[in-house]
Amino acid sequence: MKLLRELLFPLVAVIAAFVIGGILILIIGDNPIEAYRLLLGSALSWPDGIGYTLFYATPLIFTGLAVLVAFRCGLLNIGAEGQLYVAAFATAWVGITLANLSAWILLPLCFAAAIVAGGVWGAIPGVLKARFGSHEVINTIMLNFIAVALVSYFTQYHYKIPGDPIMQTSPIGGGAHIARLGKIIPAFPERIPLNLAFILALVCCVLVYLFLWRTKWGYELRATGSNPTAAEYGGISIRKQIIIAMTISGALAGMVGINEVLGYRYRYYDGFSANYGFTGIAVALLGRNHPVGVLLAALLFGMLIRGGIFVDAFTNNVTKDLVDVLQGIVILFVAAEALLRGPFGKFGLLKRSKV
Amino acid sequence: MAEIFTIALIWSSIRLSTPLILAALGGLFSERSGVINIALEGMMLAGAFTAAAVTYAAGNPIVGLAAGMAAGTLIAAIHAVACIRYKADQVVTGTAINILMIGMPAFLSGAFFLSSGSTPQLPRDQLIPWLPIWIAFLVVPLSWYVLYKTPFGLRLRAVGENPEAADAAGVPVARMRYAGVLLSGLLAGIGGAYLSIGQSSLFTRNMTSGRGFIALAALIFGKWRPFQTLLACLLFGFTEAISIQMQGVVKLPSGEDIPVQFIQMVPYVLTIVVLAGFIGSSRPPQALGIPYQKER
Repeated sequence: MKLLRELLFPLVAVIAAFVIGGILILIIGDNPIEAYRLLLGSALSWPDGIGYTLFYATPLIFTGLAVLVAFRCGLLNIGAEGQLYVAAFATAWVGITLANLSAWILLPLCFAAAIVAGGVWGAIPGVLKARFGSHEVINTIMLNFIAVALVSYFTQYHYKIPGDPIMQTSPIGGGAHIARLGKIIPAFPERIPLNLAFILALVCCVLVYLFLWRTKWGYELRATGSNPTAAEYGGISIRKQIIIAMTISGALAGMVGINEVLGYRYRYYDGFSANYGFTGIAVALLGRNHPVGVLLAALLFGMLIRGGIFVDAFTNNVTKDLVDVLQGIVILFVAAEALLRGPFGKFGLLKRSKV
Repeated sequence: MAEIFTIALIWSSIRLSTPLILAALGGLFSERSGVINIALEGMMLAGAFTAAAVTYAAGNPIVGLAAGMAAGTLIAAIHAVACIRYKADQVVTGTAINILMIGMPAFLSGAFFLSSGSTPQLPRDQLIPWLPIWIAFLVVPLSWYVLYKTPFGLRLRAVGENPEAADAAGVPVARMRYAGVLLSGLLAGIGGAYLSIGQSSLFTRNMTSGRGFIALAALIFGKWRPFQTLLACLLFGFTEAISIQMQGVVKLPSGEDIPVQFIQMVPYVLTIVVLAGFIGSSRPPQALGIPYQKER
């Protein structure tokens, strides 16, 4: 019954967003049913639709998990965007400077670069909050801009191939490439960029679940989030928990770099993130801050991104910006839970469950 | 080095500060009433798009400006209802509005103007390059007066500092917060309109490019006070102006360009430093971010 309630609420939010989106499509003179049929049809076709949907969902699983871990400690990490940029660049940097090493050494180093760089960039606002009490939301916003400027500087002045009109670094060594799933799954074409990072994302869902709900450290982190005063009486150091949560959060966001650099472009491409960090907030909220929910929400948004491209191409007026609009509306509804609870509450569908 | 510190630089600083001043003062009213406003970016985008689209349709920039103000206020109303009436998380709602407003103008312009996210070019005589600058510099003393010298300002600050006490004294907490948030949308709307029909002559996709967040940084750097916020905006406008002027003109001793990225970082680094308490202390309003639950 509890599970049903947990599922019902996000479902209502998504349906509400689609209805409003449909009205908007009507206003600009297209057929909403046709547009949505295109959107879902192209996102669920085999193998391209499903392949790309999973590919687009991969970074969102990482950022969704990142936001989730911070949130469970009572923190809002809106800095995943900056964390993933720094991490992606660091990954490429290792892949370029140590390009001649064999895969057995280079690959672990690149993985470590993504995780450590993201973790450090996430730890900064954690330390600032623990040490000076400054609000993590403002600091993560500022650090996003600093990260973008910093990696763009290094790309432009130090790691670009001279004369290349595109803001991207030189390619990483072949040893740092991770396999596309097309190499492993027989009937799956190799041109689809879905790669092993997706499997890593699934593993991370399990690990985050085990960490938060099955270990002492996870318990302490959640205790800090749900009742900091009680946690402190219980002998938990809140400052330590804040730093730990932000570091793990940053490291998870940083793994986007593995998908992007090691599994997809094989170089750092400036400005690659299509707001993955911010969409991660939507993913975590819609997923009720639970790893399983995050996975489902990331798949939904992956479908929207994939489908949006087709709707853009095959309708008269609807552009792929519809996806941003739908996302924004979903977050608004999820944030203002009471808005949906109000009218439905009377029928006992969405009574506030005691967590 | 001397040739870049000219009247042109000062003038360009003032022009680049204008949208920041308007949005930051908007943020001031919202945050002083106790509602976090990271949606300034989205409200500016709403103002910028609507002002350009309506000016194009009506052929009159004053009508466009008014429409831009209305659009900013409308977006602020969504933020206000979600945060005040439904007690949503203010940061999350702000994020939602920012994402929504990246998509919405592009979505609408794709349909109405058959372009990928921009409005048609406006003729020179349908632009208002001066009016928003006057408004911005007038709004600063006006905000100071309203905030510190009128009963409205006293109440607004009271609900942002201690809503329980304000409520006990008969101040309508929710209504004051609605006023603060709506004012922020109105002012950010003007700031956005200045970008599209003042500084340039059309709306382009995501044309605010982070100015709403710089305005927020200026507000914090200015310690949530009107005149200090003005100074912060001027400083940030100046850093932007200098980064534009220096491009390709001033070189390092080694003969390389000075990387603009480092100048662009200045506002953000300063904000983190100030927030950590290294330059004086910057204390936010006491009840910032906490929804008010009336005792029953």
